[in-house]
Amino acid sequence: MLKLADGIVELYKKVVSSLPPDVEAALSAAAEREENGSNAAQALRVIMENIREARKTVSPMCQDTGTPIFHVRVPRGISQHEITEAIRVATRNATGIIPLRPNAVDTLTGTNTGDNTGEGIPIVHMEETERDTLVMDLMLKGGGSENIGTTYRLPDEKLGAQRDLEGVKRCIIDAVYRAQGRACPPYIIGVGIGATREQVALLSKRQLLRKLDDTNPVTSLASLEEETLDAVNSLGIGPMGLGGRSTAIGVKIGANHRHPASYFVDVSFGCWAHRRGTLLW
Amino acid sequence: MVEPRRLKFPLEKEEALSLRVGDSVLVSGTIVTARDKAHHYLFQDRPRPEELPFELEGGIIYHCGPIIRMEESSYSVVACGPTTSTRMDMYEWWIIENYGIRAIMGKGGMGEKTLRALKANGAVYLHAIGGAAVFLARRIKKVKGVFRLEEFGMPEAMWVMEAEDFPAIVTMDASGATLHETVKEASGKSYRRLLGLET
Repeated sequence: MLKLADGIVELYKKVVSSLPPDVEAALSAAAEREENGSNAAQALRVIMENIREARKTVSPMCQDTGTPIFHVRVPRGISQHEITEAIRVATRNATGIIPLRPNAVDTLTGTNTGDNTGEGIPIVHMEETERDTLVMDLMLKGGGSENIGTTYRLPDEKLGAQRDLEGVKRCIIDAVYRAQGRACPPYIIGVGIGATREQVALLSKRQLLRKLDDTNPVTSLASLEEETLDAVNSLGIGPMGLGGRSTAIGVKIGANHRHPASYFVDVSFGCWAHRRGTLLW
Repeated sequence: MVEPRRLKFPLEKEEALSLRVGDSVLVSGTIVTARDKAHHYLFQDRPRPEELPFELEGGIIYHCGPIIRMEESSYSVVACGPTTSTRMDMYEWWIIENYGIRAIMGKGGMGEKTLRALKANGAVYLHAIGGAAVFLARRIKKVKGVFRLEEFGMPEAMWVMEAEDFPAIVTMDASGATLHETVKEASGKSYRRLLGLET
């Protein structure tokens, strides 16, 4: 598994220093939309220059290199324990080589482990696949955008949100309004609906792995995604919260079946520096 | 577009008083990073200014947890964008007042208590471009020192840096104006309209 560990270090390098093409294209389009000479346009100009500079120098585009979250689809017969070990070794190595910022803090003592590994860190989700190829998605999830994520329980009388897609939309608009510009907009918004709570939290995170230009195979969700994106952009919070037209560049929604008593809406945010990538092995 | 104002820290109070919300600025001189742990420490332990190994009077505090590379006994900055400032809100008013801070730099803006302290002490809040960490690292010419590295860890230590033409936007000024409240109010109107709530 040593070779896999080397591959994962390369994956870290790529994800931390270069934005996926779909995200960069969406930011570039957002920059075009902002009023010339406005604070928002100026912020996006700096952001685009930063993206180019980070890619050119293979440097972390943001100092918060995030919490590493892995989703792995494992072919039958490969040891999941060994994959986890390779991920931990690669994480320690990547922290020193790239470098990544050490982000694993002991919650009880406050001590930083210094190498981005610790209890439950990095986060690794695995499932078996029928395919022969191991597919490993890595997302580096910044702390600022994580802090503004939130969960709603429907119905919610204050928001006038009932147990339907209009209710879901109201929750998302509320979450963005409350977040304002605190977590580096333009945002990418992932939403998980259904129950139970840990399931929708994971589902909303998984939506953040979808390409911005994909189309939701569920027609009703596809149109909800589009409508909600327009609605949150009409809030005018704008890039960096400085006011402007692009508050978000994507809304992605997934649904699970649920217990009759429960209906949760979990909203996860990605900042503009939406770092994700895939390793095939 | 108006040319950005150049600010050299430590900064005179008169200069801070002349800054207005929306102004673009370029920050040069000494900046000190401080985030969650450093704020908690300053607020809780209340060290006297002379007990700290750097000058804060007239200075600028930057909400930032940088990535630093150690190179042959010197430090270099790899990435140093701002972190979200609201987490420092409960401590900042006291720090501004007690240490004579002239500017706070971060992202996302701060609340009522900090705004009052800025006004009372002739100081401003500068909004740096979040996530633009490589671009901003190029504006740091030198790391002059570090405080509590072992105890706080790399992101949370207080890094003393020499900046040159570090870009930011004034979003809270010493007259009590704040862009964040303006944006929130405007977005609140759309929010209530979208949700069909009373206006």
